[in-house]
Amino acid sequence: MHNGDVLLHVEELKMHFPIMRGVIRRQVGAVKAVDGVTFDIGRGETFGLVGESGCGKSTTGRVILQLYRPTSGKVNFDGLELTEMKGEAVRRLRPRMQMIFQDPYASLNPRLTVGQLISEPLEIHLGMSSKQRTDRARELLELVGLNPKFDRRYPHEFSGGQRQRIGVARALALNPEFIICDEPISALDVSVQAQVVNLLEDLQEKLELTYLFIAHDLSMVRHISTRVAVMYLGKLMEMAAREVLYENPLHPYTQALLSAVPVPDPVVEAKRERIILEGDVPSPASPPPGCVFNTRCPLAEEICRQVIPEYRQVRPGHFVACHLVEA
Amino acid sequence: MPRVLEVNDLVTRFYTPEGVVHAVNGVSFHLEEGETLGIVGESGCGKSVSVLSILRLIPEPPGRVERGEAFFMGKNLLTIPKSELRLIRGSQIAMIFQDPMTSLNPVMTIGKQVMEPIIEHLGMTETQGRNRVIELLGMVGIPQASERFEDFPHQFSGGMRQRVMIAMALSCNPKILIADEPTTALDVTIQAQIIDLVKELKDKMGMSVIWITHDLGIIAGLANRVMVMYAGYAVERAEVGPVYADPRHPYTLGLLGSLPRVDGRHARRLVNIDGRPPDLLQEPTTCPFAPRCNYVIEACWESNPALREIEPDHEIACWVDVRSASPTRMVAAHAQR
Repeated sequence: MHNGDVLLHVEELKMHFPIMRGVIRRQVGAVKAVDGVTFDIGRGETFGLVGESGCGKSTTGRVILQLYRPTSGKVNFDGLELTEMKGEAVRRLRPRMQMIFQDPYASLNPRLTVGQLISEPLEIHLGMSSKQRTDRARELLELVGLNPKFDRRYPHEFSGGQRQRIGVARALALNPEFIICDEPISALDVSVQAQVVNLLEDLQEKLELTYLFIAHDLSMVRHISTRVAVMYLGKLMEMAAREVLYENPLHPYTQALLSAVPVPDPVVEAKRERIILEGDVPSPASPPPGCVFNTRCPLAEEICRQVIPEYRQVRPGHFVACHLVEA
Repeated sequence: MPRVLEVNDLVTRFYTPEGVVHAVNGVSFHLEEGETLGIVGESGCGKSVSVLSILRLIPEPPGRVERGEAFFMGKNLLTIPKSELRLIRGSQIAMIFQDPMTSLNPVMTIGKQVMEPIIEHLGMTETQGRNRVIELLGMVGIPQASERFEDFPHQFSGGMRQRVMIAMALSCNPKILIADEPTTALDVTIQAQIIDLVKELKDKMGMSVIWITHDLGIIAGLANRVMVMYAGYAVERAEVGPVYADPRHPYTLGLLGSLPRVDGRHARRLVNIDGRPPDLLQEPTTCPFAPRCNYVIEACWESNPALREIEPDHEIACWVDVRSASPTRMVAAHAQR
């Protein structure tokens, strides 16, 4: 559990994207990308958000930063209610909350030098002079383990891992407190992933950062997080402290998900029991009634097909949305 | 165990405007009957190009298989006439690929596509073929197979498309199934389904499997033997047990140390492998891993070590014994790059 000093509080957050049809663009439905998500992130912790593709984990990150305005719900950042703020007020808060994106090839403008890329936010938000910006950009490059003399180079001259470092440097430019890392390593080669994760850990310690780490790689999330939440079809299934969630998962989905992850150890693999889930994830435009996981759940009962389970605390700091878990 | 495939000294290069890419540099391996061989490595290490070369599926130009032999049932696949190769490819040696969407024809029904190799290789009639397709689709776990015969690829999910690919690959009872990162584009629960399916079908049909992946985790639970590749070379080769319990090449050692584990049994800090994979435009005269290696010694800069047996059935391409040597360079968190 975090120490009670909450930096971010998300409550009943919903993001429904309308589906429009016909010539008059009538709304015929909605993709419920995020459908009632509640959690806190404590200052200085790394909160892991995991789930399979399309579960709404990235959308959750974007809604927190108000890159999408949510359909309903609350996002409270250090006492400030972001959902009630106007665009300009949110913009003024941007220096405090930043994002690192998945694809280091697509998220850097190829026409700007690395120095320009990193110092762009310094000009926009702090109005620094050109000399100040150059100095700060070099300082940041050094901080993320790149040669400061590389500031005149262009993104294409760097490898994937180096580009991700540039993305990190840019996110750090304004001294943020909170960084959303949206699949920051999934586009990188295995041997380079560890470099970036080690860097994120070092920076967290040095700069007292708080991370929301969004990823589908359950092994890496276990490594880096203090607490972890598991998402499925727009809803949280389970949330607990890292060790608790991985050693004693209560939700059938978490159990299946963890059992499906291969372990690089033939001795362990030979003994492991795998829970193989049947079928595919249903469409978030027409989620099943009752528990969203009931169509694939090996334990589903009648109640699961009819009643949406409440997301509730079953042990201190351990939340589960499942009818079958006893409090 | 008799060998179903034996590959010797394979060399494949690509002649690009930027220069000659040395993709595969003298790789040898074999596949025993009924076993699963895992080929592991990062992008650009030559793992896919190696198997594509054997099946002569390298686009030529720019690619060219310069050297080597690949014996399948006494025939060298690299020299037999194309017509003969065509009888083997897709029937006795079948392949599944990473991206099932681009490997399927979007304007042809699923049924027709799975039926193609059956009619081509087994000479069945339309009706026989149709029945066989429905049987195959059922076997790979596609529900209501007969109703889905007329469906198109876009009506299937990613996992279901990979099942269709597997059905197609297995349609002629192949001796060898080559799986090239077939689960990389899939979610982890779907990946588990596909791995489970291939394991089950392998035993049922008595195939041998070559599984290519960057994921050391998958190989641990799936393969009998492993070949680790780096920069177009095989750098370590052994049975799965020894490779994971006692990796002897510094690259394998680093790779295993850089992986966190879902069961939490890993070091608090991940091993950094500094730098990045080498540029393949130059044929290395040194060990290709030397610039990133924590155990590098003088000899590594003088010549590129060949694979040598250090224990029965355990080979490495390295001058150093990592068990007795101590790291020559400290693992710095942020080395100058």
